[in-house]
Amino acid sequence: MTVTPLGIPRRLLEFTLDGQEARVPEGSTILDACRAAGKDIPTLCEGDTLTPKNACRVCVVEVEGARTLVPACSRRAEPGMEVRTDTERARHSRRIVLELLASSVDLSTTPKVAGWIKEYEAKPDRFGPDAARLNEEPRVDNDLYVRDYDKCILCYKCVDACGDQWQNTFAISVAGRGFDARIAVEHDAPLTDSACVYCGNCVEVCPTGALSFKSEFDMRAAGTWDESAQTETTTVCAYCGVGCNLTLHVQDNEIVKVTSPHDNPVTHGNLCIKGRFGYQHVQNRG
Amino acid sequence: MDLHFGDSKPTDDERAAVDALLGPPESSWEGADRSDADLRWARGGRAARDRRDLLLPGLHAINDRVGWISDGALDYLCRRLTVPPAEAYGVATFYAMFSVKPRPATVLHVCTDLACAAAGASELCAGIESRLGPGSGVHVERSPCLGLCERAPAALAIRAGDPVRTAVSAPATVRDAVLAASAPDSAPEEPPAAMAVPQAGDPALTLLGRVGVVDPASLDDYRAHGGYTALRRAFDLGPAGVIREVTDSGLVGRGGAAFPTGRKWQATASQPDHPHYLVCNADESEPGTFKDRVLMEGDPYALVEAMTIAAYATGAHRGYLYLRGEYPRAIRRVQYAIDQARARGLLGDDVLGQGYVFDIEIRRGAGAYICGEETALFNSIEGYRGEPRSKPPFPVEKGLFGKPTVENNVETLVNVLPILTMGAPAYAAIGTGRSTGPKLFCVSGSVDRPGIYELPFGATLGEVLELAGVRPGLRAVLLGGAAGGFVRPDELGIPLTFEGTREAGTTLGSGVVMAFDGTVPLPRLLLRIAEFFRDESCGQCVPCRVGTVRQEEALRRIAERTGAAAADDIALLRDVGRAMRDASICGLGQTAWNAVESAIDRLGAYE
Amino acid sequence: MRKRDRTPKTYTRLTHPLVRDSRDELFRQASWEEALDRAARGLERNRGAFGMFSCARATNEMNFVAQKFARVVMGTNNVDSCNRTCHAPSVAGLSAAFGSGGGTSSYEEIEHTDVIVMWGSNARFAHPIFFQHVLRGIRNGARMYAVDPRRTSTAEWAESWLGLNVGTDIPMAHAIGREIIHAGLANETFIERATSGFEEYSKLVEPWTLSLAEKVTGVPAAAIRELAHAYARAERAQLCWTLGITEHHNGTDNVRALINLSLLTGHVGRYGAGLQPLRGQNNVQGGGDMGAIPNRLPGFQDILDPDTRLKFESAWDTVIQPHYGLNLTEMFEAMEEGSLKAVYCIGENPAQSEADSEQAIRRMRQLDFLVVQDIFLTKTAELADVVLPATAGWAETEGTTTNSERRVQRVRRAVAPPGEAREDIDIICELAARLGHEWKYADSEAVWNELRAVSPDHYGMTYERLEEHQGIQWPCPDTERLEPTYLHGRLWEPDPADRGRPAPFGLVQHDPPVDLTDERYPIRLTTGRRLDSYNTGVQSGSYASPLRRGEYIELCPEDAEKYGVVVGEEVRISSRRGAVVAPVWVDTALRPGLAFMTMHFPDEVDTNQLTIEANCPIAGTAEFKASAIRIEKLPVATIVR
Repeated sequence: MTVTPLGIPRRLLEFTLDGQEARVPEGSTILDACRAAGKDIPTLCEGDTLTPKNACRVCVVEVEGARTLVPACSRRAEPGMEVRTDTERARHSRRIVLELLASSVDLSTTPKVAGWIKEYEAKPDRFGPDAARLNEEPRVDNDLYVRDYDKCILCYKCVDACGDQWQNTFAISVAGRGFDARIAVEHDAPLTDSACVYCGNCVEVCPTGALSFKSEFDMRAAGTWDESAQTETTTVCAYCGVGCNLTLHVQDNEIVKVTSPHDNPVTHGNLCIKGRFGYQHVQNRG
Repeated sequence: MDLHFGDSKPTDDERAAVDALLGPPESSWEGADRSDADLRWARGGRAARDRRDLLLPGLHAINDRVGWISDGALDYLCRRLTVPPAEAYGVATFYAMFSVKPRPATVLHVCTDLACAAAGASELCAGIESRLGPGSGVHVERSPCLGLCERAPAALAIRAGDPVRTAVSAPATVRDAVLAASAPDSAPEEPPAAMAVPQAGDPALTLLGRVGVVDPASLDDYRAHGGYTALRRAFDLGPAGVIREVTDSGLVGRGGAAFPTGRKWQATASQPDHPHYLVCNADESEPGTFKDRVLMEGDPYALVEAMTIAAYATGAHRGYLYLRGEYPRAIRRVQYAIDQARARGLLGDDVLGQGYVFDIEIRRGAGAYICGEETALFNSIEGYRGEPRSKPPFPVEKGLFGKPTVENNVETLVNVLPILTMGAPAYAAIGTGRSTGPKLFCVSGSVDRPGIYELPFGATLGEVLELAGVRPGLRAVLLGGAAGGFVRPDELGIPLTFEGTREAGTTLGSGVVMAFDGTVPLPRLLLRIAEFFRDESCGQCVPCRVGTVRQEEALRRIAERTGAAAADDIALLRDVGRAMRDASICGLGQTAWNAVESAIDRLGAYE
Repeated sequence: MRKRDRTPKTYTRLTHPLVRDSRDELFRQASWEEALDRAARGLERNRGAFGMFSCARATNEMNFVAQKFARVVMGTNNVDSCNRTCHAPSVAGLSAAFGSGGGTSSYEEIEHTDVIVMWGSNARFAHPIFFQHVLRGIRNGARMYAVDPRRTSTAEWAESWLGLNVGTDIPMAHAIGREIIHAGLANETFIERATSGFEEYSKLVEPWTLSLAEKVTGVPAAAIRELAHAYARAERAQLCWTLGITEHHNGTDNVRALINLSLLTGHVGRYGAGLQPLRGQNNVQGGGDMGAIPNRLPGFQDILDPDTRLKFESAWDTVIQPHYGLNLTEMFEAMEEGSLKAVYCIGENPAQSEADSEQAIRRMRQLDFLVVQDIFLTKTAELADVVLPATAGWAETEGTTTNSERRVQRVRRAVAPPGEAREDIDIICELAARLGHEWKYADSEAVWNELRAVSPDHYGMTYERLEEHQGIQWPCPDTERLEPTYLHGRLWEPDPADRGRPAPFGLVQHDPPVDLTDERYPIRLTTGRRLDSYNTGVQSGSYASPLRRGEYIELCPEDAEKYGVVVGEEVRISSRRGAVVAPVWVDTALRPGLAFMTMHFPDEVDTNQLTIEANCPIAGTAEFKASAIRIEKLPVATIVR
C-alpha cells in the first residue's frame, strides 16, 4: 500500500565554489549552486524546464583536476570538488564562444548577450568580413509563428520541447552536420507539411528569438514592438477543463503574445495551439 | 506514438529492402493491408517504440538497395519502427554515406585525405571526374581517409542493388577506379590483408602472428593456430580472474586515450545495474589508421574470441561490433566469422559448453568520424544522431541503452588473447614499464614499405620509420593522425610509448606514423586537416561547430603567407584553438587544433 | 470543383446592449438603463416560470452570483449550465459512489502511476496539456490502454487500443470486471472494507463472459482480458474518461460501470490510483461546485439536506426551495410544455450546442422572454429579447475558475473590454437590484469570501493563498494546511468509523444506443473535437490555425470506396432528425460503418441537426456520441478542396 509520497529527503553535499564552502542538495548542478550563491554565469542553451543539453558552452567553469572546462549547467556538484567560475581560462572560452556565435548568428534579439559581449570584451568581427555566417532567411510559412534560423544558435531546446521532454510531437529535429546543421522538419518541408501541431512550446523555450510569434515578428518588422510598454497578466485558459495558466502579454490593450509560467504545476510552461494562439476572438472589437 | 506521415509512398524495391531487414509488417498500422482484426485491436506502446536501434540498419538497407533514401522509403521505415520522420531525417542527414537526394546507384568514394593527398589524390580525382562525365551513372564523392593508406591513393566503389556490390581500387589509377565503379563485379580482387603487413609470417609477431598465415574464413585453421585457447583459459580463471590478468598485464586502451583496460572492465563488472553490454569500437576513422581493418580482414576470429572474453569478464551477454561502413571486406569477414562461431557453439546460448550466453551483432557505421567517440557510437547504435554525450556519467555506469557498458577498440581487445595465453607477467615484460605489450603502428606516406608494423613498446620513431624504409627528404612526421601532432625529422629518437611521446610534447594517438617529404606543402596539409575537422564536427557544441570553421578560414587565408603577414591569424588560431580544446564536449573538438598547433610551434610553419 | 471559403465565420464583440420590442424586429442599440429595465420587467412577469442558464466558462464568482440570483431573487432552483451537455454524468456517477462529484486524482499523479486507461477520451486533441502529464507517465514507465471506437492520436500511444462498438462501454466494463473476479485479481480487502454491493455486482457481471463481450463490443476477447489483467495487477492505476463515456443516453450508467472497476481493484483513494474525468470547459467543475446546478448549493452541498438549507437561508436571508430544480434538459422540455417562460442565459449557446439543435431553437422561440448575456451575438443571442454585452471571463475579468483536478486558480483582467461591455457580476447585481435585492460586492474577492463562508471545502482558499500556491485543490477547509492531492483516502482508513460510507457498486445494465442503425441508416455517426478548435467555434474560429480544414464527414477508406466517394466530395448526410451536406474526408482511424464529425463549424455544417436528443435520465446529457445516419452521393458531384 502506498500513501502520498513525501519524497526521500535529499542529502546535502559540500564543495568549494570560488574558495567559499558551498552546501547544496545532492543532484544540484554547479549552476544551481552558483545561482544559490548569487553568482551570475552566462547561459544560453540552459532552460528551466528542460534537461541541459550543454551545447553552447558559454557557462563553462574550471574544476580542479579536470583536463577540460566543464559546463556548469549540467555538471553536478560532487563532494570535495573545487570549482572556480571566473578564471582567465574560463573567461577565455566564454569570450571565444561569444565571438564564434556573434560572428555567425544574428544575436540581435537574444536577451543579455550584448552585455556579455561587453563584459567579456568579445570581438566578433575579428574573423573578418568573409567569416561564414548562417545566412538564413526567415521562414514565414504559416500565420502563427516564424522560424528565423539566421538567429539560431542550435541550442536544441526547441527540439527537446517538441520531442520527448514535453510535447512528444517530434515535428523538428537537427538535420545535417557541423556548421551546416539546421533545425528542420522531415525532408526540410514547410511547417504546414509537417507533424507540427502549433503548440508554440518551441517558441516558449527559444533563447534567441529565432522562433517568434508572427504577431511579434510583424510588430518588430513594423517597428512597433515595445516590451517596455507591455503588461504581463497571468490568467486561466478558457478552452478546456485542464486549467492551463496563460500569461497574456498586452500592448495597447491588444494581446500580442501568450506564454505560460514555467513553474506552473499544470503547464510547466507548455500550452496547446488554442491556449497559445486562440485569443483573437476577445479582440474582435468591431 | 501519433506520428505524422506525408503522402509519399515507398517503391516496391524500398519496401522489400526494409521488409528484408524487419520481416513483413504485422498490421496495417505498420504498413500492411488493412484487415478486420486491425480495426478492432492495435498493439503498440513500449514494444513498438523499443525498436529504435534498428533505424540505422534500416537506413542502410534502403541506401544499399536504392543508393539513396527517398521520402517514401524514410516514411515507410519510420512507420515500421515507430520513429518520428523528422528524427529519422535528422539521423539520415547526419551520415556522409547516406543521401536524401536522388543520386546514381553507384557512388565512388575517392580518398583525398593526407596519405592519399601525398600520393596524388587530387590529380586522380580530377582524372576520374573528367572520365566519368555527367550521365555516367556514377556519383563521385571526395572522401576522408578510407583506411587504405598503405595502398594510397585509394578509391571505394559502392553500387546499390540486391545485393549491394563494392569494389576497392588501391593504389588507384583513373582507369582502375573507373572500372571498379562501372563494373564492381568484375573488378580485380583486393590483395590479401597480409599485403598490409610487411612483417607477415615473422614468428615473433604476437598480434599479427596469424595474419597471412591462417585462412581468415576458416575457424579450424584459427584453432589450429592457437585460437580459442585464451577463451578456455578465461573460463578456467573465471571473470574476476580474467580481470586480474588484464589489470596486471598493464594493458591500456589502444584507441588513443590509453585508459587502463583492467580498470574499465572492473568498473563495468561491478555495476549493479543490468544488463551489461560490450561494445567493440571498430569505427576506425582517424586519418592514417588502418590496423583494425587489417586485423579484422586477416584474423577475424581473434576479434570474435577476444570480444567473448571481454564480455564474459564484465558480465555482458550481448556484444555490438560497430564497424566502419567504409570497410566492406572487414564486415563480410567478421560477419562470416561470427556466423561460424555461432554454428560451432562458440557464440550463442552455451559458449564452449560452459553455460555462458553471448552473441555479437555487427552494426555498420555510415560515414561519421565522430562515431568513433564512444558515447557518439552509443547514440549511433541506438538510432540517434551520432552526437557525443556529456560525461559524467561515464559508459561504465550509463553507456549503451543507458546500461553499464565496456567499450574497447579492436586492437585493445585482440591484446587480451596473448595476455591470457602467456599470462600477465610475461605480457607485462614486453615493452616498457608503463607501456606494456606489443603495439601496432600504421606507417604510411613517404616510406617504401607502408603498412602495419608490430613492435614492442619502446621502439623509437626512427626505428619504425627505418623498418618501413623511410624515403630521403623527410620533412615531417605526423604521429597519431589528424588529432595527433607533427614532429621534426630531427626528433626520430622519440620512444614510441605513451610516456615517451608525452614527454616529447606529442602524442601516440592511435599509432599513426605518417611520413611527409616536401611533395605537398605543409600549409596545404594543415588545410586538409582543418577541412577534415570542419566536415566531421557533429555540430553539437559551439566551440567545435564554429571553431573548426574559423580555423579552416584562417588557414586558408594564410596558406600562402608567412611571418608578420600570418601573425594575426596565428594569434586568432591560438585563441580559437584553446577554446576548442578547453570547452568542446568531446575529443574531436578538443583535438581539432593539435596538429595545426604542433606544425606552427614545432615545425615553424608560416615562419 | 468548388473552392470552399475556409475563412470561418468570425464573431465581432458586442459593445452595447441590444433590445427589441418583438422577435420579428431587428435589434437596436439601447442604453444600459433601458436594457436592464426591460430585462428586469421580462423576468419579473415570469416569476415562477424562470430558468437560469449559467456558464461553465465564466468564473466561480459569476456562477455563485448567478445561482444566488436564481435562488434568492427568482426563488427557484432552476439553474444549470452546459456541463449538462457534457460532464453531468461524471458528477452524478462520482457523487453516487463517493459522495463527491470531482475527479479523484491530480495531474501530477498520472506521472507516477503504473497503468493508465484512457476510455472514450482523445485527450491528445481535446486536453493536450493533460496529455503531456500522461506522456510523462508513459515516459516514466506507465502502460497506457485506450478504449475508443476510433484509433485516435491518443490511442496511438497505447500499449493496446480496443476499438469497441459505439455505446458498448458497459459490456466492456462488465466483462473486465468479471474477468478480474474470475482471475482472482479483485482486491478483496478493499472490497470488504470500503465498498458495498459486491455480491450483487458479481452476479450482475457474471453473464458477461469475454466471448459474449467480444460479440457485443467487437473487440477480441484476448484484448479485453489483457486490459483487465493489466488494470487489476497494477499497483497503481488511473482510469480517465471524457465525453465518449458521458455523452450517451445512459451516460451516468457508463460512469458507474467504470467506477465499479476502481472499486473492484482498490484503484481509488490513493496517490497515483484514481478516477479522472476530463472536463471540456474551463469551469465545468467550478460551475457545479458553485451551486449553478439544480440539486446542489455552493460547495456541492445537497439541497435536500435541511441543515444545509438552513445555513444558506440564514446567510442569504431567504427561503431555499426544498426540492431540486429543473436541469437544462428538463428546462427545455418545460419550454415545450409552456411551464418555463423566461430564461436568463449567460454565456451559453444552446442553439448550436444542444443535440437536435432544430428542436432547441424551436423551444427557445416559444419563450415569453429571453435575455442573453454574452460577448458575441451568438445564434442563441439572435433569439433574445434583450442582449447584454459582457466581458470575457478569462481575459477581462477578475475571479477564479476550477479545473479538472479541482484546482481553483485565479483569472485576471489583462485587457479592457470593448465599448460598454460590463462584467457579468455587475450586470447580475444590477438586475437583482431592479428586482428588489441590493447586493454590494466591492470586487470578485468579496464574492469569493462570501462563498468561502458557506462552503467548507473552499474555506481555506483565500485569494492570497491561491496566488501563493498557483491554485489550490479542493477540499481545502483550513487556511493553514493543504490536503492530499487525491480524494477519498478515507476509504483506506483502518478504523471503520473514519472510513465513512462504503462506496456502492453501481448495478447498471447494458442499454444500446437509442438511435439504432438499420438498413436505412446503416452508419454509426460519432462526434468529437479536433485539436485546434473548440465547441461551436465561436471562440476558436477567429485565429488563423494552419490545421483547420473545416467540417467534413470522416469515413474509413473502405466505406469511401463502397459509396464511391472521394476526399472533398460533398455528400448528403441524413439521420432520422435532419440532413446536412458536408464534404468527405477519409481517415484510417475509422472502420466500416463508423463515421465521425465535429460540431466546430455549425455555421458551415450543423452537425447537431443529426444528433439525437436522447437523454440520460439521471444527468440529462444527450447521446451526442451515437446517431444513425446514411450518406448519399449528390446528383452532381461537388468536390471541395
